[in-house]
Amino acid sequence: MAGIVGYGAYIPRYRIKSEEIARQWGKDAGAIQRGLLLEEKSVPGLDEDTITISVAAGRSALARARIEPRRIGAVYIGSESHPYAVKPSGTVLVDALGIAPEVHVADFEFACKAGTEAMFVALGLVESGRVEYAMGIGADTSQGAPNDALEFSASAGGAAYIFGKEDLLAEVLETYSYTSDTPDFWRREGEFYPRHGGRFTGEPAYFKHVLSATRGILKKTGLGPADFRYAVFHMPNGKFPLQAAKELGFKKEQTETGWIVNKMGNTYSGSSPTGLAAILDVASPGDKILITSFGSGAGSDSFVLRATKALPERRGLAPTVRSMLDGPRHYLTYGEYAKFRGKIILGSER
Amino acid sequence: MPSPRYWREVPNRFRLEAAKCRACGKVVFPARRICPACRKSDFEPTALSWRGKVVTSTSVVVAPTDFAQQAPYAVAVIETPEGARLMAQVVDCDPATVVPGTDVRLMFRKITQEGHGGILCYGFKGVPAA
Amino acid sequence: MREVAIVAAGMTRFGELWESSLRDLFAEAASEALTSAKADRLDSIYVGNMAAGQFVGQEHLGPLMADHLGMAGVASVRVECACASGGAALRSAFLEVASGASDLVLAAGVEKMTDGADATEVLATAADQELEAYHGITFPGLYAMIARAHAKAHGTTDEDMAWVSVKNHKHGALNPKAQFRREVTVAEVLGSSMVADPLRLLQCSPVSDGAAAVLLCPLDQAKKYTDRPVKIRASVLATSTMALADRKDPSFLDAVKLSADRAYKAADLKPSDVHVVEVHDCFAIAEICCIEALGLVEVGKGRHAAREGLTALGGKIPVNTSGGLKSKGHPVGATGIAQAIEIFEQLRGEAGARQVKNARIGLAQNMGGSGASSVVHILERV
Repeated sequence: MAGIVGYGAYIPRYRIKSEEIARQWGKDAGAIQRGLLLEEKSVPGLDEDTITISVAAGRSALARARIEPRRIGAVYIGSESHPYAVKPSGTVLVDALGIAPEVHVADFEFACKAGTEAMFVALGLVESGRVEYAMGIGADTSQGAPNDALEFSASAGGAAYIFGKEDLLAEVLETYSYTSDTPDFWRREGEFYPRHGGRFTGEPAYFKHVLSATRGILKKTGLGPADFRYAVFHMPNGKFPLQAAKELGFKKEQTETGWIVNKMGNTYSGSSPTGLAAILDVASPGDKILITSFGSGAGSDSFVLRATKALPERRGLAPTVRSMLDGPRHYLTYGEYAKFRGKIILGSER
Repeated sequence: MPSPRYWREVPNRFRLEAAKCRACGKVVFPARRICPACRKSDFEPTALSWRGKVVTSTSVVVAPTDFAQQAPYAVAVIETPEGARLMAQVVDCDPATVVPGTDVRLMFRKITQEGHGGILCYGFKGVPAA
Repeated sequence: MREVAIVAAGMTRFGELWESSLRDLFAEAASEALTSAKADRLDSIYVGNMAAGQFVGQEHLGPLMADHLGMAGVASVRVECACASGGAALRSAFLEVASGASDLVLAAGVEKMTDGADATEVLATAADQELEAYHGITFPGLYAMIARAHAKAHGTTDEDMAWVSVKNHKHGALNPKAQFRREVTVAEVLGSSMVADPLRLLQCSPVSDGAAAVLLCPLDQAKKYTDRPVKIRASVLATSTMALADRKDPSFLDAVKLSADRAYKAADLKPSDVHVVEVHDCFAIAEICCIEALGLVEVGKGRHAAREGLTALGGKIPVNTSGGLKSKGHPVGATGIAQAIEIFEQLRGEAGARQVKNARIGLAQNMGGSGASSVVHILERV
């Protein structure tokens, strides 16, 4: 049986409150907060990007795995905000973490699902025996267009997972993916901001795929919601994952640990993977965990995991998600946020 | 920044790789051909810890063009537990709080980028440990 | 080695000299020196310049300047040592005459900084590119770090540094060739905009254009050119580690001490024998550190010198009667020569309103980068 031998997450220290964004655009902060259930979101520093976030998360995953970096045979970073259009993010990471040069590297993309996609492939390679260890990472610093609903949620962060066959922190019991061509949210080459189909992103996109994937994995495993201690779904805003959970029959106690979007925002490819990390930070041996991601375009990956006895011992070797959400952070004004996110047209670009 | 000149420095900028002089024990960062303390050329590879203490610092207000958007930012001379010293920005904090004695962790961050089309340059920066 | 004398000097005004190009500046200063010596030939030329390639795209200054002096054919080469280029050029000229190889050598310095290049970026090339500039440190930033280390070690305050600017502006106001010829107050200095904490605009030397030149010959031929030659008793250059992180004590300029100790030894003199001094006050903190490293005051006590009048005109050991880099200006490559010219004029009694009475022995100290190089010249009226 293969599974997670190490995991890590990273959330930048900067934040902006929904109130501050609403104030900028003359919107009703209260209505937004009640509608989207978003209080604040993370903002990447000027010196942070998908690569630096992946390195930080990857370093924590290595610390928990307690393996020599060179034993990792494959590394995949999934993101929709890779810093280069052509030149991989993964190669910088494998040099930074001392995993190079005997390693297979590829960058993945599938809107917000690119993280679990990278995890799926990493898992499969380990299961096949092709590599001893493989790392799958979901990280993003995605943009929301000014004065668009997405501006309240698009945030930055990521999580890294190392898969192996021994000394597991969590076993992967099953996977299930559900995919269709659904143009609910996209970005053309050269465009700075993505576009989306408004309400079309709901039922035909997010809910159809999240629900189908989750029901698919429940059927495949013969398990029901009550068999799980924790469940985490992709979090494009605060409301959708809670609604999906309710429709599927999961209760608040099962979803609240992984539901970190109200303070973190939507870290896109990092969303459900970081929610999973928050769960692994507290899960007890034997706990079953469900994770279902969603990527626009569209598709969902589901995993069923089971925490092992080794988890409580090793998770203390790196920072928890809660420590990053509740720890030192700096709140930005909208002007600072716009500067950080490159939304201001500068004069002196070369 | 021309690619080869950036790429050559990756071992020290990405991994804090240093060299320890076998003759006198001095830890040289980045590695060099000749030990600045004893002038011998016999080193063993080593790496610095990802943490240190600020020796001296400043807050750069008038910055070079490529760093202008980040100003003001703190830059410090940091000493690691191995006794090596390096210069790095210290970020994610009010620059005024970075003073001699401040404990920092070192993290992998983007140092600069060359406008819209040039390469992205990465390296280490300090973040207050507290 | 033969004894060497400076027999003539020439210097442009320092400032934003829009009408003058790099070569114009050189020709003006060099020809003034040659004219005052009534010299119509040269054996050799040394051109001190830090960054003409970056400022105006021009390398190969040696032949260019010889050509524009009407001296094509003469041996001519550029000397570069960052802000100590002028001092280093003077030392090269001194060695060529002292060795017996040449009898009449021009040591000049020139810099053209206002033609549009980003001075902050160009000056940062005097720092360690891979270890310092890469991380976004600026030249003022390096000295700001030195200031903070000095404050931690000795309690030096922003006000102590402001007094250096005040003193130097007071001197510069008396210098017809200075870039800034007005006095400033401590309040003005402390109210000026921050450049790199704790250094403010009025604690930083300005961006300037300018050129300066001196003529050297063997002491026993000096009477051909002037009846008041000034002998070079010592010409010494020392280096220290390039990166500030590699200095044992970031608050102490060890290259300055090394160059000074060697110079005092070569001249068989002590710090107390010197009557007038020019030091490299690229930033106010630099003057404080330099007078300590030169042994003019005890280490840690340099912070009091300007406020207490010790280093003012009329004080026990006048420092930077020219106005220093702060008020006189700092066209980088020219500074080392300009400092030597101030001492030259002081020792000849030609310093006008800035004259230090009975100045017989003077010292000029020129420094490169954040203190990685230092050149000291000790001059004597003969």
